[in-house]
This record gives sequence, structure tokens and C-alpha cells, in this order.
Amino acid sequence: MSEFIFLYRGSSRPTSPQDAQALMQKWMTWLQDLAKRGHIKDQGQPLDPVGKVVSGKQQTVTDGPFAEAKDLVGGYSLILAKDLDEAAALSKDCPIFDRGGSVEVRPVMKM
Amino acid sequence: MEPVESLFRRESGRMVAALTRVFGVHNLLLVEDVVQDAFCRAMEVWKFRGMPENPSAWLMAVAKNRALDVLRRERTARTFAPELTRLLESEWTLAPILDEQFGPDAIKDDVLRLMFSCCAPGIAEDSQVALVLHMLCGFSVDEVAGAFVASHAAMEKRLTRAKKVLTQSAQLFDIADATEFSRRLPVVQRALYLLFNEGYHGASSEFAVRAELCREAIRLAALLHAHPLGSTPGTDALAALMCLNAGRLPARTDSAGDLLALADQDRTKWDRTLIDEGERLLQQSARGPELSAYHVEAAIAWVHANAACATDTEWSKIVKLYDMLMAIRPSPVVALNRAIAVAQVEGPESGLKAIEAIENRDRLAKYPFFPAALGELELRAGRPSSARQHFQEALRLARNPAERRFLQQREIACAH
Repeated sequence: MSEFIFLYRGSSRPTSPQDAQALMQKWMTWLQDLAKRGHIKDQGQPLDPVGKVVSGKQQTVTDGPFAEAKDLVGGYSLILAKDLDEAAALSKDCPIFDRGGSVEVRPVMKM
Repeated sequence: MEPVESLFRRESGRMVAALTRVFGVHNLLLVEDVVQDAFCRAMEVWKFRGMPENPSAWLMAVAKNRALDVLRRERTARTFAPELTRLLESEWTLAPILDEQFGPDAIKDDVLRLMFSCCAPGIAEDSQVALVLHMLCGFSVDEVAGAFVASHAAMEKRLTRAKKVLTQSAQLFDIADATEFSRRLPVVQRALYLLFNEGYHGASSEFAVRAELCREAIRLAALLHAHPLGSTPGTDALAALMCLNAGRLPARTDSAGDLLALADQDRTKWDRTLIDEGERLLQQSARGPELSAYHVEAAIAWVHANAACATDTEWSKIVKLYDMLMAIRPSPVVALNRAIAVAQVEGPESGLKAIEAIENRDRLAKYPFFPAALGELELRAGRPSSARQHFQEALRLARNPAERRFLQQREIACAH
């Protein structure tokens, strides 16, 4: 098994408390199902939509946001899969797609 | 009574109430922003780490911390709750006052304050109910529109107008003022009654929505009942009628979600705990001279809940109770229900005569169960072709697919 990172990008805000709860439950079910099938190395963490960027030789510090909301990384998970194709296939039921978001699947580089 | 699937909705009402108390009713938009933020945060964190042991306390803590940020940041730009201004201005009192305001007992009072504020005289009756559902039960505009089978645009307009009245009132209703409390209590009771009825008899076809509306009405009535000034015999009776009727709700539809006639309902599905609670409340409601319409309606529900089957029901008792109800709060719908009970005691011809005698019958012109009742009695009187015409008329008025399917079945029954 190889390791992959899922980067969750963009997702619209819930329209109501009921909607937020339904969406959260979908995510929990999806992640639990991946874990049951042995594909989760680390469930990962959500990321706050604020932050700072430090860049250049001068180490200039600028405030986020860094990108459009639709491109912002909102969280990540560490996934176990046979190869990149399998890892990509595992992301297919991610609830983020219901909301116009995307999952970036990246292999962790091997030695 | 409070399943986990409505956790966010329930917490939404509590957060809105607590934040409105602190920010002041004129900052309703800010309140809604903070609540939405708290839900976004909860959703993002919980989906990775799972729900915390006490999700309600977690959400409240997020709302409280956000409130603290907002109060510090906007202290000079905005005014907040006028009655708390001084306490919110000083760093010495700000954090302690927020801790107090977000404590469980304070929040119960906040919900009541907001409930009474939503029932202000400047807000129309049907808007009061919509506003309660939106603010205190966490229903979005779309969900409120769905519950009342109204269009999104119409509901948005109705809610915007009601919110405007609310935000323009100088401050929240003062629940410590006993005179004002008693004066507005009947309006609040009426709004909760309408909320319950929308769930029980309303036009929404989705069982889950209907059950949720009934559950919310019961929850808010219990809250009203827990307040010393709110715990009147009338509130007892209101809560009793909700429990006694809601206890029978699980049997009103079959496994496919289709409506069942009273005689065909499986009475083993009734929620006995709710019915027992209703019975206890009904007994308690008899502790004074007051005899409200809620008392009589609760008594009718009690007679139904105590019959082993439809034919065992003490229909003559029900007719007497409807006579009382007609004396207290006459309406064509009450008269129609009375006529149906009369038919059970004296036969279909008497029932038809009683329908014939209903005053203001034209107000039932759009109510599908009016022609349906005529059809039922014509069928029982042995006139299937006339019955069929009535059911066809009822079908034209049906408000949702479940009613349509039910009435189609009744129309088919006329062919046999």
C-alpha cells in the first residue's frame, strides 16, 4: 500500500442548520467507510480559512486568503491505496462533489 | 423526543435566542451571521474528528467566543442590547456577563423572550408562526416554505416583513413583567397551537416534516409550561392536546407514507408514553375555573386515544364535546367534525343534515376533506354514484400527493 494525500478544495456554505448537519453526517459516513476498508492512515484535519503567507528573500508576510474561496484548501486526509488510480477512485463518493468542491489526490513521494 | 437528527436545528434556536439577547434585537443580521459561522465551524471540525461528547455545549462555546470577538471589535461602531449596554462596555464585566448569558437557565429564558417577541401585535398571525419556526426551530426560509406549502418568494416576503417589525421593536419582550406576560400569553399559545396543527393537519405531504413540526410545537409548549407565569391551566390543556394527538401520529400513515382513515389505523403503533403524558397534563389542566378551547380539544383527543378501535369510540361523548367547542370557538371546520361525529351516533342521514346546517359553509370551499366527508356519508347511506362525485371534487382540491392517493382510494371504493 502507498500513501496519498487528499486535499479538499472549496465547498459552499450550508443553507440551513439541517443542511449543515446532513452534510456533516455524509462526510462522517464516507470517512468511516474508508477507514473500515483500511484506506485511512490519518483522517486528517480541517483548516481554518485564515492564515498568512511568508514569501521571498525578504520574507514578506501577507494575510490570506490566498486564493478564491473555491480554490481554498479546507482540509486534508492521509489515504492508503494500491496506486494513484485506486486512490482517485476512492475519492469518488466524497460529499464535497455535491457542493461544487474538488479533491486533489497526490501521492506521497517515496524514497 | 429530541432525536439527534434535529440537533443542529434545536441548537440554532437556542443560539439565536442567546445572541439576540446580547446583541439586541436590532442586530438580527449579525446574530444570523454568527450562528451560521458556528455551524460551519462545527461541521468542518466534526466531520474529521467526530462529534464531541456534548455537542450542544461545544456549539454554545463557539457562539459565545464569537460574540465576545464581535462585542470587543464593534463596541464603538454599534449599539448592542440596550438593557445590557453598561455591562457589555466594561472589560471587567464583559466576559462574566457572557458566561452568565450563555448558561442553560439563561438560554431557556432567552428562548421565551424571543418566542414572545415573535408574537408581537404588529406581526400577522400566520407570520408569527412562520417566524417562530424560522428563528426558534432553525428552519431555513425554504424549509418554512415547504412546511406551509408556500413558494420561496412568498415566504421570504412574509418573513422579511415580520423580521422588520421584530428588529424595529426597541428591545426584546420583558418576560419578568407579569401583566404583559399574561396579556400576550394567549397569542403565544395560539401560535404554538397553529404550529402544531400545521404539522398534524397541514398540507405538507412529507411525514418527516409534519412530525418535526409537531415535535417542535411540543418542545416550545413544554418550555412555556416550565415558566412560572406560563404554567396556566390553558397551557396545560394546550400541551395535553398536543401530546394526545401526537401520540396517535405514528398510525396516521401506512408504511408507504399514505394517509389512513381513522378506522384503518393500527392503534398498536400509538406512542403510549406521549398519550400518558397528555392524560396527566389534561388532569392538571382542570385545576381552575378556566375552560378554554384547548381543554375541549384535549378532551376530544383523549376520548379517541382511549378507544380500542374506531367503533369502540364513545362518539356521543365526542358530539357533546364538539357542542362545547362550538359554543367557545365556533368555526366551520369544528362544525364539520361535529357532523362526522353525529353521523357515527345517529347514522349518515343525520350527519348529512348536520353538514347541511353548517353556517358559513362557503369557507370550507377549498378544504378537500369537506367534499370527502360528504362522499363518505353518501357512500354509507348507500348512494355510491353521488359519493363518487364528492370524492372527485375532493380530489380536485387535494393539496399534496398523499391526500390525492388517499382520495383516489376512496373514489375507487365507490365502484364496489
